[in-house]
Amino acid sequence: MPTFVYMTRCDGCGQCVDICPSDIMHIDKGLRRAYNIEPSMCWECYSCVKACPHNAIDVRGYADFAPLGHSVRVNRDEEKGIISWRIKFRNGKKDMDLLAPITTVPWGSGQPELKNVPAPGNDHVASQHLYNEPKYIRMDEAPVHTLESNGLEIKEGVQY
Amino acid sequence: MGYKTIIEDDIDILVAGAGLGGTGAAFEARYWGQNKKIVIAEKANIDRSGAVAQGLYAINCYMGTRFGENNPEDHVRYARIDLMGMVREDLAFDMARHVDSAVHQFEEWGLPIMINEKKDKVGGKHPYMREGRWQIMIHGESYKPIVAEAARKSADKIFNRICVTHLLMDEAKENRVAGAVGFNVRTGNYHVFKSKTVICGAGGASNIFKPRSVGEGAGRVWYAPWSSGSAYGLMIEAGAKMTQMENRIVLARFKDGYGPVGAYFLHLKTYTQNAYGEEYESKWFPALQEMVGKEYLDPEVSHRTHRPIPTCLRNHAIINEVNAGRGPIHMVTMEAFQDPHLEEIGWHNFLGMTVGQAVLWAATDVDPKYENPELTTSEPYVMGSHATGCGAWCSGPEDVSPDEYFWGYNRMTTVEGLFGAGDAVGGTPHAFSSGSFTEGRLAAKAACKYIDDGKAEGIKVSDAQIQRRKEEIYKPMETYTVGRNEIVAGSVNPNYINPRQGLDRLQKLMDEYCGGFGVNYMTNDKLLKIGLKKMAILGEDLEKVAASDIHELLRAWELKHRFLTSESVFHHTLFRKETRWPGYYYRGDAMKLDDQNWHVLTVSRRDPKTGEYTMEKAPLYHLVGDVEKKPAEEH
Repeated sequence: MPTFVYMTRCDGCGQCVDICPSDIMHIDKGLRRAYNIEPSMCWECYSCVKACPHNAIDVRGYADFAPLGHSVRVNRDEEKGIISWRIKFRNGKKDMDLLAPITTVPWGSGQPELKNVPAPGNDHVASQHLYNEPKYIRMDEAPVHTLESNGLEIKEGVQY
Repeated sequence: MGYKTIIEDDIDILVAGAGLGGTGAAFEARYWGQNKKIVIAEKANIDRSGAVAQGLYAINCYMGTRFGENNPEDHVRYARIDLMGMVREDLAFDMARHVDSAVHQFEEWGLPIMINEKKDKVGGKHPYMREGRWQIMIHGESYKPIVAEAARKSADKIFNRICVTHLLMDEAKENRVAGAVGFNVRTGNYHVFKSKTVICGAGGASNIFKPRSVGEGAGRVWYAPWSSGSAYGLMIEAGAKMTQMENRIVLARFKDGYGPVGAYFLHLKTYTQNAYGEEYESKWFPALQEMVGKEYLDPEVSHRTHRPIPTCLRNHAIINEVNAGRGPIHMVTMEAFQDPHLEEIGWHNFLGMTVGQAVLWAATDVDPKYENPELTTSEPYVMGSHATGCGAWCSGPEDVSPDEYFWGYNRMTTVEGLFGAGDAVGGTPHAFSSGSFTEGRLAAKAACKYIDDGKAEGIKVSDAQIQRRKEEIYKPMETYTVGRNEIVAGSVNPNYINPRQGLDRLQKLMDEYCGGFGVNYMTNDKLLKIGLKKMAILGEDLEKVAASDIHELLRAWELKHRFLTSESVFHHTLFRKETRWPGYYYRGDAMKLDDQNWHVLTVSRRDPKTGEYTMEKAPLYHLVGDVEKKPAEEH
């Protein structure tokens, strides 16, 4: 959980510093390697572990409730679009490999450049529709739901 | 002070905080404002920021209208039931009618959504794999970077590592926003963003109530530790009205790791029992029914019609069973986990969104196949996108909202030009990731319209305002520099406290006076008034918070945002004189739900000049005519 960095593997590249959502992976100025400066603000989100190109970062469960001697390791590969995990129990009785996809398209290729799509017309602006709507709501051309279309009223009072 | 001032001028749309809400805003803004200048300021790195940084294993808000599964009003009714009636149904309906279009785009962007091939195709496509009625299952480890890429393609500039501390206010027209200021948590430089509109996508608040874990484990909170209540801190300080801030949420989760239980309950069909293997919930319901009324809790009707039992009421049963000496509560996993496929799902569920729970079970040799893990109720959290609806009082859409809920622009707060999305918007529980993204999109379209309508003309920001904020921002470093040489070494100083010390005091205060886990979520008017007095003094001491470096300056400002959030929670909790959500918190001096006086939304405003609070009741509107059209189906 709180992360730590192996001295011999870290080359001080700073990928972990760049990605940590909690701003707790910093470079030690003397050793020129990364370390976790504030374990009590670590969410064990594994963002730095996944980002490290040298597998130099690992996690040791929070001292206040997690005994020593376990391991949860990860390898995330954007090119292959998969993430693989290995979980090892303290007592050695369980050792699991788990694999999951992280994307279904070549990494970063699916998102549109909205500055290149035709600008919305006045009707679209005046409507309740968002970009790609109404089509993407139900993948047909039916318009967005309204109170009228769904036979609703909005009324003051108590309703359960 | 050797820090540079960097001014970014002529911004049309500034997105302050780019989690799911903020990325939705930045993405959508480009479509409606093709020539507009769209800028993101984010405390971390948008690829891994906000509550979804770690990933998710489910999208908890998806209607499935295209598959004939649900209509928007069905979701509104569900949220209303779960929140004991307290929902802005105009906003909730609006979110629900658009949310599917966000999810369908996520799928196109490469987010792996699981498909249920056992269900018949509709329109040439099998429906998504349902976890529950509203949840669909995803392989969402990369949910955030996938969504961030869409925002990156839309934004003109992204400023990562900027802690936004304050909103800038227009000096030509009162109560109109003019941008925001903050500092770079790496370089220390002062950043000024002059903007016609601001969409606040900042986060809700973890770590304002004392957490159950101590020491290192203080970071293993349920909501991300970097969710520092900045959504509320920024908007409250600017004088925006807030709503439902008393409606903190308590989560029943796996003990210590706070791993999610949704997939376990809904998909794996696990269930809970007390330490002695007994069903415990039903015995607490008769007395609970006395407290909240039969309209809100009727187990017979729930059993017959699948009307959900509100989350808070289920918590209530756990809390009482544990207090009666029959804890801990266990999740019965040993049956489901005999199926290797379900076992794998159980583990994937953690790896996709709460790795720490997997670490904990590995460390403690808890194999849910052979042992039923412990559950606990968490410390409270203040946020607006999960099963609760704290946040700003915002305008709804023109075609749905009644007059009291509408002032021109969808998702605009009571400060002109200041919009919200995700945790920032009050009264819209159960938006989750997809709903927050959708709210960002709605806010972006409205913000573009606001600008095109000429509402942002003639904004004036003086150098004096910019300079005043700069001095304020770096003051904790000044305080440190001046005070630290008075002592030999260490952290004990008679003239200042550091951010950790301030946070510890805040958490203790919130826990003991505002209904934390340490007092079994109980408070009353007397406790709240004492708490408010102590808060006022903490507020004075926070003027003397000291930061030894830029990282600590970040913690100092997070603390100030948490403080403003907490103060608001105190005022709201004191105002609502009833116990609306047993299991989230209790007002010991008003232990019953009171529809006669409190079937209303609470609305507050903190006067930015005096710091004084005013409280009011806002009427509750409900969608009527939304009788369930088909029998509720057990998914």
